[in-house]
This record gives sequence, C-alpha cells and structure tokens, in this order.
Amino acid sequence: MSSIISLSGIHKYYGDYHALRGIDLEIKQGEFFSLLGPSGCGKTTLLRVIAGFEDVSEGVLLLDGANMARVPANKRPTNMVFQSYAIFPHLTVGQNVAFGLRKKGLSKADMAAAADEALTMVGLAGYGSRAAHALSGGQRQRVALARALVLKPKVLLLDEPLSALDKKMREQMQSELRRLQRQVGITFILVTHDQEEALIMSDRIAVMFEGEIAQMASPQELYRRPATRRVGEFIGVMNFLEAKQTGTTEKAVSFDVEGLGNAEISVDQLPEGARATADVVGLRPEALSILFEGQNPTGRVADATVQDLAYYGDMTYYEVTLEGSSTPVTISMKNLISRPVLERGTKTRVQWDERSLVIFAA
Amino acid sequence: MNWLRLYAIVYLVFLYLPVLLLPVFSFNDATVIAFPLNGFTTKWFVELAGIDALHGALKNSLFIGLSSATLSTLLGICAARASTRYRFPFKAPIMGTIMLPLVLPEIIVAVSLLVVLMQLGFSLTSWTVIMGHTLICTPFAIAILSSSFQGLDQSLEEAAVDLGETRWGAFSKIILPLVTPGIVASFLIAFTISMDEFIIAFFLTGADPTLPVYIWSQLRFPKRLPSVMALGTLLILASLVLLSIAEYFRRRGIRRTGAKDSGGFL
Amino acid sequence: MLLLLAVPLATIFAFSFWTQDFLNIDHTFTLKNYQEAFSDPIYRAIMLRSVTIAGAVTVVTVVLAFPIAYFVSFHVRPERKAFWVFLITIPFWTSYLLRAFLWKVILGFNGVLNSGLLWLGLIDEPLTFILYNSNAVVITLAHAFAPFTILPIYVALEKIDRSLLEASQDLGEGTVRTFFRVTLPLAMPGVIAATLIVFIPTIGDYVTPRLVGGPDGLMIANMIQTQFLKLNNAPMGAALSVLAMTAVTLISLVFLFANRRFLK
Repeated sequence: MSSIISLSGIHKYYGDYHALRGIDLEIKQGEFFSLLGPSGCGKTTLLRVIAGFEDVSEGVLLLDGANMARVPANKRPTNMVFQSYAIFPHLTVGQNVAFGLRKKGLSKADMAAAADEALTMVGLAGYGSRAAHALSGGQRQRVALARALVLKPKVLLLDEPLSALDKKMREQMQSELRRLQRQVGITFILVTHDQEEALIMSDRIAVMFEGEIAQMASPQELYRRPATRRVGEFIGVMNFLEAKQTGTTEKAVSFDVEGLGNAEISVDQLPEGARATADVVGLRPEALSILFEGQNPTGRVADATVQDLAYYGDMTYYEVTLEGSSTPVTISMKNLISRPVLERGTKTRVQWDERSLVIFAA
Repeated sequence: MNWLRLYAIVYLVFLYLPVLLLPVFSFNDATVIAFPLNGFTTKWFVELAGIDALHGALKNSLFIGLSSATLSTLLGICAARASTRYRFPFKAPIMGTIMLPLVLPEIIVAVSLLVVLMQLGFSLTSWTVIMGHTLICTPFAIAILSSSFQGLDQSLEEAAVDLGETRWGAFSKIILPLVTPGIVASFLIAFTISMDEFIIAFFLTGADPTLPVYIWSQLRFPKRLPSVMALGTLLILASLVLLSIAEYFRRRGIRRTGAKDSGGFL
Repeated sequence: MLLLLAVPLATIFAFSFWTQDFLNIDHTFTLKNYQEAFSDPIYRAIMLRSVTIAGAVTVVTVVLAFPIAYFVSFHVRPERKAFWVFLITIPFWTSYLLRAFLWKVILGFNGVLNSGLLWLGLIDEPLTFILYNSNAVVITLAHAFAPFTILPIYVALEKIDRSLLEASQDLGEGTVRTFFRVTLPLAMPGVIAATLIVFIPTIGDYVTPRLVGGPDGLMIANMIQTQFLKLNNAPMGAALSVLAMTAVTLISLVFLFANRRFLK
C-alpha cells in the first residue's frame, strides 16, 4: 500500500536546541503507528510537526503525496486528540463534536446526524446535550476522539491520549482504540512513553531517543530483536551478560558468554555490523527458565543461585546469579500448582537456548 | 477558637462602623453629624436631586470611568495574552514597567503626569484624567486577565485550529468566551477604581470635576455634610449592585468551565 | 503605554535637579533641592513622619489582620469561606474619600464617638487625643487598608498543606510551636506581600492626612501637592517625589529580598 505520510530529513531547532535530528519515516495508509520514547525525545514535537503546530527547520513532509510546507494546521487533513483532550468547556458534548463540521458546509440536520453517529461510535450515544465539563476523564477522551473522527481525517494524531486515565480505564481504552481504528480504517499515529501500550496497540513502532529514531519495527521484531542495547532496555526487561567473540564460521559466530559458556549464534540472528564488535549479549527474562526437581532439560543448562524474588501471583520474578558470574539475572517463571516458589539462597539449575540470545549492532 | 471568633467579630465591627454611619446619618434630621439622633428624614436625598454641579460631576465621572475601564481592559487583554502566550525580547522589563503603577504612590503618578502635560502645553480636560486612570487601572486589568488567560489549557486553541478554525476564529470562538468573566471583572474593577480615584483626578482635572473631586470640595462646608452622607449611601448601594453583577459573572464563568468555586471575588 | 509612564517619571527626575523662580525654570543642574530637603527641618520632619506613620500603619494593619486571615483560613468551614472573604471586602467598595472623611466625623471633637460616649454618659468631656494628629491618621489608614492585608495573608495560609501541620504535631510539636515553626514561616510570603501593599500607598497618601491629620499629621504627599500647586516650586516637589520613590523602592527591595529568603 502507498504511504500516507512521508517524512524525509526533518530537523527542528528551538534556538540552539536540536529537537529533531533528521527524521526519515514512511507511514502506510491504515497503519496503527506509534512514536515511543522517554520524555524529551522529540516524539511530541514530531507529532506536532505533522499536525502543523510546529514548522520544520529543514526537511520535507508529504501528506498523502501533498507537500505540507506552509500549509497551516487548519488546512491539513489531520486531526488530533490532545493529551489534555482540550474539550471546549463552554460548549455541550454535541457542540464540541460538531465544532469542526461547521467549515464543511453541512446543513444543521446533517451536522447533528454526523455528530450523533460519531458519538455512537465511541459509545457515548445520547450524550450530545450534556455539558462538556461534567464528563469523566474517560468520557472526555471519547468526546475528543469523536470530535476528531467526525471530520474523517486522513490521519488521526493521538498525543499520549491515555496517560491521564487510571490503569483499568487505560486498558479498556487501549482495546477500544484498536477496535475503532480497524473499524474506520484511518491511519492512527500514537505518541506514548508507555512501551507496553505501544506493543499492545501498534502495527509498527518507532523508538525515539534524543530527536532520532533508534529503531522502527513491528512490536514482535522490536521486542525480540532490539537493535541497540538502549532499545532493549527501554522495551520490557532485558538481562545483559558480557560476551567475548571466540570464532567465526560461514554460518555462525561463537561467543564466550559470562556464566553461560560457549554459545554459537546463527548468522541470521545477527544484525548487520554486529559481527566484530559485540561485547555483550541480551536475554529476556523468559529466555531462561528454572529447572525444577524431576524436570529434564530441553536446552543448555547452567548452575545458578536464587538471590531474590518478587512474587506477582501469576508469575514469580527471580533474581539469580549464574555460576562464575556476579551479574544479577532476572528470570520470569509462570507459577503452576506443581511448582514450588523457591526461597532465597536456593541452588538451582537454569536452562536456556542459543536462539534467544540477542546480539546488538555496534 | 472562641477568642478568635470574638476577635473576628470585633474586627468586622471596626470595618463596618464608618460605613454603617453613612445610612444612619443620611436619614437623620439634623445638620450636625453627632449623637443623639434627631428623627427620620429623606430631605437630604431630595436636596441631592437639585444640585446641578453634582449631576455634572457624576456624568463626568461616569464618562471617565467607562472610558478608562474600556481602555485599560483592552490594553489588559493585549498585555495578558502577550505575556502568557508569547515570548519576546525584554519581556520582563517591559511587563515590570507596565505593572509599576501598582507599587508607585498615586501622588507621584499624578504630579509627574501633570508636569509633563504642562510642559507639552496640553490643557487639562477629562481626557487627561482618563489617561491617568488608564495608567493606574491597566496593571489591575492585566493581573486579573493574566490569571484568566493562564487558567486556559493552551491546547484548546490548538484544538480549534486543528478542527479547521483560523487563528482569529479560534480566538473569538474559544478563548474570548472563556475569558469573558475575566474581562467583565477587569472592566468593573477598573471602573470602580476610576470612579473612586481622587488624587489623580484632583491634579489632572480641568474645568469639570469628577465625583470624588466634587465631594472633596463639599467637605469644607459643614452644612453640606448630611447631603454628602446621603450621596455616600447612594454610592454604596451602587457599588454593591456592581459587586453583585461581578460576582454573578464570576460564578457563571466558573459554572461554564466546571472549575471548583475556590473563594470570593478578587 | 510605556511612554505614558516612562516619560513622566523621567521628567520628574530631571525637574528635581532644576530650580524655579516664580514661573521661570532654571535648567542648570543642581543638587540644591535635595540639600534643602535634607537640611530644612520642616522637610526632614515631614519625611521622617511619613515613614514613621506608614511604618506604624503597616505594623498595626498586618498585626491586626493576621488573626482574621488565620481565623477565616483555619476555623471557618470551607463552604463559608467565600462568604467571609466577601464580608471583609465589602467596606472596601465604599469611596475611600468618604471612608477617610467618616473617620473625621467619628473622631472629631463633636464627632460621633465623642457625642455617642457623652450621650451614653461614659465620658464627661470630649476626648481630644483622637483627631488632628498622627493617631487619627494611623487609625484611618489601618481601616482603609484592612482588606488589602487580610487577603494576601489568607491566600498564603490557604496554600499551606494541612498535612504539614499534622506532620509537625506527629513529630512531637504542640499547637503553639507548630504555629511558630510551620504555619508562620510558610505564611511569610503573604505577610510580606501585605506589608508592601500597605506601605507603598500609605507613604504617598494625601487624603487621610489632609482630612484627619491636622498640622502635625501632614505627610510627604501633602507637601508635594503644596509645592506643585500652591508654592509653584515644581522642582522642589519633584525632588520630594523622587525621595518618596527612593524610600518606597529601598523598602520594597528590602522586603522582596526577605521574601526571597523565605521562599528558599
């Protein structure tokens, strides 16, 4: 499918501060795309550049093939859901939703019908005549969504729309947003600092640090093959063990990994440029598992000692040290009725698989 | 606790004592303002109706008050919006200078304006008073309006633009309605300050005195005092009405935006 | 707007270094006005009195206002606070001129207070120490500026997180010690704001000293007015204005500096 948004070489300076440092990005029609990163990484600035609230210092922004340079925000085929929702407090819910329709030259009845339809879509049917300031946080969120979607934008921009909601409401809205996006087929661009939210909702994610895109990939790819150590740390939990390269063949590279011993990594597992320089390997907590008594190993085995644990009900997170290493390693284990929860100081064995080791690009 | 409450009540008596004397003596049938009271009369109010100089002063004051309130509120809107929304060079010193009359004794504002007007050869008219009053009312207008503008979520305006409005449309459809209570409050306060202001008017007024200047001139004549008391009573009533209007608008503003009522006027 | 303010102030400043002979202004630079202001006992006395009276008014108003602000903030139920604030501000909406004048009527020899007390038989002859002197000026101004002091202190007290007071008591301090170690320091910015709000206008007040001050209660504003309008000595008036401004600025700076210390 074609690109609805195409950014090339976007730079943004605020005085001396270099907020966006050369962003290249293609977003496909109908995609749910997330900009993920810590605060101050430039993700919101990038979103505001697309919306037209910030001009770019350098670079080209195409929206559905049209150059957006000098096109003001009110003329762009994008609409935004603001972090604060920006619901106009002096208008009713219906007036809020119909706000942008006035410029479309619709009859009053058509406007009302469109507003009602949008409200129904977000689950607020019949709320049209309510005062906007009497709504709860979740309802404001829905009004903001309806207000933007009623204009049928080519791209919907969402600026941390769920950060003001409590955990339960947030989870509910995550699945609802996803459903809504599939239903309307509009491209969504979501800005978030919550990696879990990005993984759950997105088709693709761009991870940003310091005004640059560090990696752009699908959630699975991002989780399983983070391109850099920093991306690996930012998304989920990751253990890092020192590694020394010991040999190379056509098909694999061998490493001597701290506490685990020799590991042969297949070439397809390596990102480009990693061959000669990797001095550390990454392991997700679920890539290691504890061998309970009577269990037969299905992979490679190492000795370990339980240093600490955190019991989560469905899961237990163990912090262990591997034999011959002092680096703490986190292992997540599902709690089963047949499994004991190990105590601190227990000597145990862990098993692992070479295929789950992550090698980073330099 | 009980001591504090007692003290608070005594303090309120102290606050209200002079004000309450106004109606008491304006209905007292005696030219001397002293106890014991001498019987009820409304003749002092009747007398007021017949003083042409008073009517002229009142009209003049209303004109000056309305003009200064309008000017200072307009200036206040520009300044408050500029200071809350934009960054510009020398912002702090410029805003500081505009706010200066707040911390400058009024007599100094009065004499310095007088000196300059004399040097430039302007004659003293109502407009010179309006100038002086605008100067001292603008800081109050800015203070009130800044808090109105600051309370606004900046993304409201962006949201309107995002939904297709122009900058001006966003300002007039979203921002203006939301700061209307602030504008009304600023206007009323500026109007009240101007109506009440004596020293600047005293220095800068031309042939037509303002109400306070007129009252000042009457204070010298003991037999005029009861009618001055009657006038004062009417003025209190007028300011109570104005205050109620202001309070009504403030409450309406709060209701509209759904904010919590966080205390009284000012 | 800037010019409207900056030009007059600059002119006053310039004037203060000139001299005037009847209607002619001598534009040569001189410090004569300042020398005269400092050496002439009349000017010295008036300046000193202005500062003392303004200081006394400030102390009296703030000390009297603090308990009220404290009462409204800590002992009035939240839903009735707005009402109390309203109650306190109402008298302030009467003409200032009239309020000052009413005090003259109250405190006068044949005034309301004396005639009332005589009528009630509490005194045999009118009290004389209450009008046409500094006491009267202090009382009148303290009344006039009451709301201006109560409100900033009240706002500062309202901002204090109530759990801080509970924390202090939890850490073993009694009510009184908590007040002095927690409440008062945290309310200081309000107290300082109140001080400035009272001090600045009182030092330049014209109406009250003129109405109730008598010859011994006149202040610098009266002298400035006399110089400009009666004696036609604008440069001297300008010099006095500059001195008044300097006094205000210096004292404001001291308090702002103190405020910064408290905010740290």
